[in-house]
Parts: sequence; structure tokens; C-alpha cells
Amino acid sequence: MGVEVVVEGLTKSFGRQNIWQDVTLTLPRGEVSVMLGPSGTGKTVFLKSIVGLVRPEQGHVFIDGVDMVNSRERDVYEARKLFGLMFQDGALFGSLSLFDNVAFPLREHTRKKETEIRRVVMERLELVGLAGAEKKLPGEISGGMRKRVGLARALVLDPQIILCDEPDSGLDPVRTSYLSQLLIDINAEIDATMLIVTHNLDIAATVPDNMGMLFRRNLVTFGPREVLLTSQEPVVEQFLTARRAGPIGMSEEKDQATLDLEAAHGIIAGPATERTIVPQLAPTPGLPERQAVRRRRERVQGMLHDLPPAARRAVEASLREQDAPTLAAPRVVRGAAT
Amino acid sequence: MSAPPVPRRPLPGLGVLREIGHLFALAVSVLRLIFKRPFQWREFVEQFWFIASVTILPAMLVTIPFGAVIALQVGSLIEQFGAQSFSGGASVLVIIQQASPLIVSLLISGVAGSAICADLASRTTREELDAMRVMGVSPVQRLVVPRVLAVMLVGVLLNGLVSVVGILGGYFFNIVMQNGTPGAYVASFSALAQLPDLYISEFKALIFGFIAGVVAAYRGLNPKGGPKGVGDVVNQSVVFTFLILFFVNMVLTAVYLQLVPPKGL
Ligand SMILES: Nc1ncnc2c1ncn2[C@@H]1O[C@H](COP(=O)(O)OP(=O)(O)OP(=O)(O)O)[C@@H](O)[C@H]1O
Ligand SMILES: [Mg+2]
Repeated sequence: MGVEVVVEGLTKSFGRQNIWQDVTLTLPRGEVSVMLGPSGTGKTVFLKSIVGLVRPEQGHVFIDGVDMVNSRERDVYEARKLFGLMFQDGALFGSLSLFDNVAFPLREHTRKKETEIRRVVMERLELVGLAGAEKKLPGEISGGMRKRVGLARALVLDPQIILCDEPDSGLDPVRTSYLSQLLIDINAEIDATMLIVTHNLDIAATVPDNMGMLFRRNLVTFGPREVLLTSQEPVVEQFLTARRAGPIGMSEEKDQATLDLEAAHGIIAGPATERTIVPQLAPTPGLPERQAVRRRRERVQGMLHDLPPAARRAVEASLREQDAPTLAAPRVVRGAAT
Repeated sequence: MSAPPVPRRPLPGLGVLREIGHLFALAVSVLRLIFKRPFQWREFVEQFWFIASVTILPAMLVTIPFGAVIALQVGSLIEQFGAQSFSGGASVLVIIQQASPLIVSLLISGVAGSAICADLASRTTREELDAMRVMGVSPVQRLVVPRVLAVMLVGVLLNGLVSVVGILGGYFFNIVMQNGTPGAYVASFSALAQLPDLYISEFKALIFGFIAGVVAAYRGLNPKGGPKGVGDVVNQSVVFTFLILFFVNMVLTAVYLQLVPPKGL
């Protein structure tokens, strides 16, 4: 049973460096959201603000009535039990074996017997493809394996809110597709609210219900995936098509000199290309349906008139597709196999 | 896209005050969380064992020459006053009251403090502590409290050890090198020394352990920027702890000498 996450007017600076300002969004209950953004725009800082590890100067993050920014420490600690956070670098306990790492939350917060713990931990390790490595120390495995253990640990308490910081980085394309499927399957099974931070266009295109993007200290958009996927905003266009032409530079913003130089070399943002929207992944056959799909449909139908025309057409098309599952199913299988 | 408000330049000196404030806040929460169940016995025992194992030998090795120097110095001074019969007791007093806390603080801040600081700092940079916080576990309760208590206990034991070794060393030097008699040594000892001397010495060790543990933990929890930051904070923590301990030692000694009258003759 997921929990809604409401972010209001969040602003964070480190010293004189402003990271982002006035970020307002709502992660709807049980839905999967993706936050995009070029490297260094503060996505990790945003995730950490949601769990209260980083204290923004302004704004609120409400979870079940607790403000993770301004509440008393004790309440924040209590609210954190709802979370599972997968860190960008795994953040495993270096002195504990993989097994003990994954078992840590169970030993800390439950009264389960050791046999029961063993069962749950092995199940989770198997889920991320690491059964058999449980006796190793974090220093003895690869970066991608560490991330997967980090995911297993984040999932072990069946959290109601799952935050993933770049689950794909350090993983090969095949594992990334498996991971996309895994995230959707988890969502179907425990109906958790999920926020995934990523650069990966495949995950962005196939996993989320909602998408947002951070750029230049602002939240560019946040809303149903169709809005971002059809957006004509130059930043979004550039990011989704992975081109050099556009406002994103190697350092965060391009200056006019760079733009002129690029124009001289023929790197200019062309006319908006028509992007196709691939269907969202469905849970592996045999798993329950995602309850969020039904809730999201009602929500999106309610806001249909406020959406830009292209997004509205895309939403309507995807709603039609959902009504005809026989049509959608084979496509989904193909989507999963990419 | 309005420009973000540029924060004003903070007043100079404010940073130091803030650091001190945070240090005290950590000290208070350590004291509070000592009583929070479940107590981390395992961590405590492991840390105690580790700290004890790295400090015991250096403590003895430092104490023996230190005791010898004091015995020789005090002995030759006292000889000039013509009070040789008191030289044994006098040097033991100096060892218990001054040398022992000094050696203990040296080892606690230099060996135990740096180890704790380095350990916590590298865990912080690996985001282990953040991971703990996200899992609703307080790193202060889980990691800092057992370490602080372990350092305190080791401090008290080390102080006892240093006192014993110092007294034995003093005895040896007095009898063998300065031709004192065992009878005079013991007699002068009981004439000059009193039990509160031992109490204050142990009390100092306890306080030193607490301070060294908290300062090391504080620096370890707040490293600035990556692996280089770890080295920096360890360095700072050792120097900082040293300064504080020497200062506290001075204050405690002054207060003690005021409150407890010397035994006199
Ligand atoms: N503890 C900190 N102190 C000072 N500055 C920080 C701190 N943490 C992050 N920053 C700054 O905040 C900015 C955003 O960092 P963040 O790690 O959130 O980026 P990101 O969007 O996650 O990038 P990536 O996609 O590469 O992981 C960076 O410019 C970084 O220098
Ligand atoms: Mg990041």
C-alpha cells in the first residue's frame, strides 16, 4: 500500500551554490515516477531531501502528515521506516557480508527468527541475481553487483516508498532491461510509490507513469509520462534524443560563444522530431495487476483538459490501448525484450 | 527563472561557534542515547577489545621511561632538600596525579581517537551512515555511543595500568638506582598519598575518554570532501583532542588541589 509524497516549494543551496529552487510536485500513491536531468543538477540531493538526509532551506516534503524537512528528529526517523532508498553507489556496510547487509533492516526493525530472516534475504538476493554471493564482502564484488545488493537491501522491508538513485548506472544493457522489469514487478506486488532517478532513456521510456526533469536549478516539468515524452521544450527534446544541439552543454549551461561555435559546425537544433511513445512495461504474466494503473487512469482523465494537445492525444491513445489488452500484450512482450 | 537569493557572507568567527555548538549537541545526544535500548553490546565489546589491544603495550612502554625520568628528577631535587626518605612517595604522587592522565590522554587521543575518527569518516564518505539513517537507525546510538563508552572504559583501565606500572617502576628506580630502602619508600608513599588522589586520577581518565570519543566521533561524522577529507579530519581530531584534554587536565587539577587539601606531614 503506497503512500503519497507531496513536495512543496523546496529550495536547497550549499553555501552560495543554489542547487534547485521552488520544486513542487506530488508523487501519486503507488505510481512509478522518473526524474531525469543532466549530471550535476541535484537529483541525488533531491532524493536525499525527500528522506530528510539533506535539509533544504525552504519548503516541505509531506509523507503521511510528517514534514521530512522541519519535523522533530524522532518523527523523521519514524517516517523513514516507510522508505527504501537505493543509493547511487550502493552505500553497503563495508564490514558486513552481503547477507548481513541485506539482513540489517530486518534484524533492526523486526523480531523475525534467524531462519525466517535467512529465507527473506536469500529470496531478495535471488531477485537481483546474486544468490550464491551472499558470503562475500562489498569490497569483493563489482560496482553493478553492489548496486543490486543495495536494491535488495532497500526492498527487504517491503517499503511503501522506494527511491532509486540511478539503478542502471554500472549495469549492462541486458541487466538494465531486467531491472526495469523488476521495478515494475515490485510495484505490482507491493503497490509502493516509486521514484527513480536516471539518465537511462530506455528506463525513462518504458517504466514510469510520471516523469519530471530537473535543469538549471528548476523543475522543468513533472506530470504524466506522455507530457514529457511529447514535450516541445528544447531541454527535454535534447535530453530525450541525446543530441549535442540544444541548451545542455558539457558544463551545465552553454554560453553564447559555444552556441555560435556549434552553429558554425552545423550543430543546430533542428525542427522538433516526432517521437514515438513506446508502451509502458506490464508486470510479468502471473503477477497481480498494478493497482496504480486504475488509479492513474482516473487521475489523468480528470486532468486531461489541462494538458497540452500533443500530450492529450498521447494519453487518449494509451488509455485506448489499455482498454484493449489483447492488442497491448504482444507489444509489451516486445518492449520487455528490447 | 528568477535569480536565487544570494546568501549573505556569514560573520567571521560564527563558523567556530557553530562547530562548538554542534560538538556539544553531539555530546548531549550521546549522553541521552547511552540509556536507549537495545544497547549495542557487540559493537561495544569489539571496540573495547580493539582499542585496548592497540593502547596497552604503548602505554606500558611509555610509562616505564617516563616513570624513570620522574623518579630520577624528583629524587635529585628532593635530595637537595635533604628529604631523601620522601623521594619515593613524591615521585609516585607525580605519576598518579600528573603523568598518568597525561599518558592516558596521549594514547586515547592519538591512538584510539584517530582510529575511531578514521573509521567513522570513511564510513561517512561511503554513505554508510546515510544508509543507516534512511533505515531509521541512528548512527549515534549504533556506532558512536559504544565507541565513546569503550574509550572511557579503556581510559580508566589504562590509567590503572599506568599507575601500577609507574609505581613499580618508581620502586625499582628508588631502590636500585637511588639506594632507597623499601621501608622508606612504602612509608613515604603512605605519608604523602591519599585515596582521593587515585579517585581524581580515574575520574580524569573517565572524562578524557568521553571527550576524546566525542571529539573523534564528531570529526569523523563531518568529513569535508572525499578521501582527502578523511586524512584531514583525523589530523584535526588528534590535535584538537590533545588541546582540549590538556586544558581540561589543568582545570581539573586546579580544582582538585583547591578542594582536597594535601595530606601534609
Ligand atoms: N554535501 C554537499 N556539499 C556541497 N555541495 C554538494 C553536496 N552534495 C552535492 N553537492 C552539489 O550539488 C550539485 C548536485 O549534486 P548531485 O549529486 O545531486 O547531482 P546529480 O544530479 O545526482 O548528478 P549525477 O547524475 O551525476 O549523479 C553538485 O554541483 C554538487 O557539487
Ligand atoms: Mg546523483
